[in-house]
Amino acid sequence: MGFWNVTLSLIGGLKYTCLIFALTLVLALPLGLVIAFGSMSKFKPLSYLIKTFVWIIRGVPLMLQVIIFFYVPGFLFGQPILTRFASVIAAFVINYACYFSEIYRGGIESISKGQYEAGQVLGMTKLQIFFKIILMQVVKRILPPIANEVITLVKDTALARVVMIVEIIQAAQNFAAYGLMWPLFYTAIFYLAFVGILTLLFGHIEKKFNYYKA
Amino acid sequence: MSVLNVNNIKKNFGKVEVLKGISFSLEKGEVISIIGSSGSGKTTLLRCLNFLETPDKGTITVDGKVIFDADNKKKMSDAEIRENRLNFGLVFQSFNLFPQYTVLKNLTLARELMEKNKKDGLSKQQITDEALELLERVGLADKKDSYPCQLSGGQQQRVAIARALSMKPAILCFDEPTSALDPELTGEVLKVIKELKESNTTMIIVTHEMGFAKNVSDKVIFMADGIIEEVGTPEEVFDNPKSEKTKHFFSKSFENI
Repeated sequence: MGFWNVTLSLIGGLKYTCLIFALTLVLALPLGLVIAFGSMSKFKPLSYLIKTFVWIIRGVPLMLQVIIFFYVPGFLFGQPILTRFASVIAAFVINYACYFSEIYRGGIESISKGQYEAGQVLGMTKLQIFFKIILMQVVKRILPPIANEVITLVKDTALARVVMIVEIIQAAQNFAAYGLMWPLFYTAIFYLAFVGILTLLFGHIEKKFNYYKA
Repeated sequence: MSVLNVNNIKKNFGKVEVLKGISFSLEKGEVISIIGSSGSGKTTLLRCLNFLETPDKGTITVDGKVIFDADNKKKMSDAEIRENRLNFGLVFQSFNLFPQYTVLKNLTLARELMEKNKKDGLSKQQITDEALELLERVGLADKKDSYPCQLSGGQQQRVAIARALSMKPAILCFDEPTSALDPELTGEVLKVIKELKESNTTMIIVTHEMGFAKNVSDKVIFMADGIIEEVGTPEEVFDNPKSEKTKHFFSKSFENI
């Protein structure tokens, strides 16, 4: 078991890590906005329903949610509905969308009423006010907490191994059967590099929004 | 004919009666100041005119056209409300400029969105030229590419005035335009308002600047507890107030000086 063999195996695992990471972000970021609007809805039953849902999703460990998505349909219908990978993606997307929704909600509610009113008295429609005035200010404010969540997501992908997805940690652990522990520690380098790139990226985006103060 | 007729406007917030039947009219080119202590309903009245609040009772007529009738309000669509509120411009106490846009874009944003939906709307260039002209009027043409955070409070408020003018309102409303400003910055904003009066802009000014109100207004309204307690020329209201409440308000306003 040479160094290159291990590295190649870990890169094989890294593919799943990246795939879970990317799919979760692409789907959860927009879904979070929908959930945020639901929980801010003036139609109370909808808002309470969404808030209860967010409470459940944020209140149960993500690992358990992955297990539920994969096994529970099997218990109920006699056969699994989602593949291992699909159940991981479903659990991650819903979980992260709920966290994102709360960040969005906080960001949207932090914009002063005066910004909406200024748009209104200039004859703008509600959609124009949201997309032309509010959204960009929200994005600036939520970038730091979103960066936090995105970085957490990188490491949460390791939870996929509870349904036997061979992501990077599982790939390393497979070597433990041969008595090799160091590949497990070696994975830290991959995570650090991944998070390092993201940190630089988010720093760059934040800088782009630095041209004004709100 | 009056450009604005406000008739018996009433507004409650829960059980609190904020406006208890306000009626007044405004001629073209006239300037009305609304004075009175905090909580007398001045700001709520302005917000009703700008459709930021919906009155519970009463009518608002602009140029002979009823733009609001409390007994008939269900018929108004969002588009009609938007069209009607453009009769009024509003300058806020806290400016409310859009921080992510340059001064120029603050003036052109809403106008561009509106003209885009018209068949033969103005071109972007025409809108920009008009905006630059307005910035010239408030003395900030050189700041067109600055962001609001780079301006002083007085400059921000002057931009806000230009922005309100960019939609060509028939009546320009000010909600305590200098209350958030240092005394030394107040002057530059008041000067702009005065120049607007000289070019016959019709204005309603809610203010605590008594000297300015006396100086610039054709008519002064003193509000107390949700009603118009006294109305008249500045000389009548300031120098010979008839109502006890008005007298009391002035004695309080000046007793610390």
